[in-house]
Amino acid sequence: MLRAEGLAAFRGERLVFRDLGFSVAAGGVLVLAGPNGSGKSTLLRVLAGLGRLAAGRLLWHDTDALDDLTGHAHRVGYVGHLDAVKPGLTVEENLRLTPGRPKGEVSRALGVLGLGELADLPARMLSAGQKRRLALSRLALSPAPLWLLDEPTLGLDIQAIARFGDMLSAHRAAGGIVVAATHIPLPVSDVAELRLG
Amino acid sequence: MSRSPEDRSLAGLALAVLLREVTLSLRHGADSLAALLFFVLAASLFPLAIGPSPETLGRIAPGVIWVCALLAALLPLDRLFGADFEDGSLDQLLLSGLPSGAIAAAKALAHWVVTGVPLLLAAGPLAVMLHLPEDAIPALLAGLLLGTLLLSLLGSTAAAIVLGARRGGVLLPLLVFPLAVPVLIFGVGAADAASGGLSPRPHLLLLGAMLAAALPLCPLAAGAALRSAVE
Repeated sequence: MLRAEGLAAFRGERLVFRDLGFSVAAGGVLVLAGPNGSGKSTLLRVLAGLGRLAAGRLLWHDTDALDDLTGHAHRVGYVGHLDAVKPGLTVEENLRLTPGRPKGEVSRALGVLGLGELADLPARMLSAGQKRRLALSRLALSPAPLWLLDEPTLGLDIQAIARFGDMLSAHRAAGGIVVAATHIPLPVSDVAELRLG
Repeated sequence: MSRSPEDRSLAGLALAVLLREVTLSLRHGADSLAALLFFVLAASLFPLAIGPSPETLGRIAPGVIWVCALLAALLPLDRLFGADFEDGSLDQLLLSGLPSGAIAAAKALAHWVVTGVPLLLAAGPLAVMLHLPEDAIPALLAGLLLGTLLLSLLGSTAAAIVLGARRGGVLLPLLVFPLAVPVLIFGVGAADAASGGLSPRPHLLLLGAMLAAALPLCPLAAGAALRSAVE
């Protein structure tokens, strides 16, 4: 379970949100809504332990999550607005060289979003949507229970969105938590919404 | 000696980061080759500019090789973290479960493997070309072995510090040069001592002491700088 109390954070010199509280139970999905610049991405980075919290506490099963950033990293699968795809490597290498992945799962992860046929293609040949799929495929490699997604469906086609919906459902069924910033409705039902800005 | 599974997985993770770096560098071979070619070409300019007199060349050879190695080692530094910072890979690295200091250490080691080792290999032939006395060549190479490691550690720390700053590439040499001055002095000192018939040992020991201090300190500083860069 993820619980936040009185969160506040700066982006640059500007206080983007304060007094933010929410809680997400195991299997829950929280969608962050709000206009551009309302701090959705900043909140996701704070939750991932990448951004700095100006005030407040983030609790994971009632212990402070951000006390031990390295330990917190094991819990987090983060897909930011950048895809972290290396153009010089093939699709398969991009996943295989992701540090911290369990061994021997790469081909399965490629299949999850239908990238199996592109495995040997250099990533520089991929379209924007395919790169997005590659970035999301990383989630399938990691056993992390907390998924933090920044506009995950941006650029995906209808078929890929449906497959991504299956990914989300499987993650929830296994007790995982999803926090996503998105303007497009996620392909899952029963989501909570947190409005920023 | 038995180790806990956690230690082993941390070492495995650090190895994975190192492997990824080296694979990426080999894939973009031109960048790594550029540093080596710069080193060889810059050092080859000196005989042309100063004249082919063996005594003069032999006397300045250690200095020429050291300064060129220092400059060449700087070349790939602004992409060391810069590329990962710009495409979001740095976020993923910091979330890989490795402490940020270990990421920085793996990156510094990767820089040494990809840039430092080729420089070290090219330094021997260059020393011969510049008529460095034969007795001084082992001392020069021993100094460079320690020195390139030190330059990788200092350089990666500076690269992490300027990460995200505007004109970081210009700041980088300004940060590295003052820190590299002692390395340069004792590195050249070792080769000079050997060619003058003295023992290079004190110089090499001092370089070793600097390396022993830099090994824990540089990754710690670089790790903290990486954390603050992504904030």
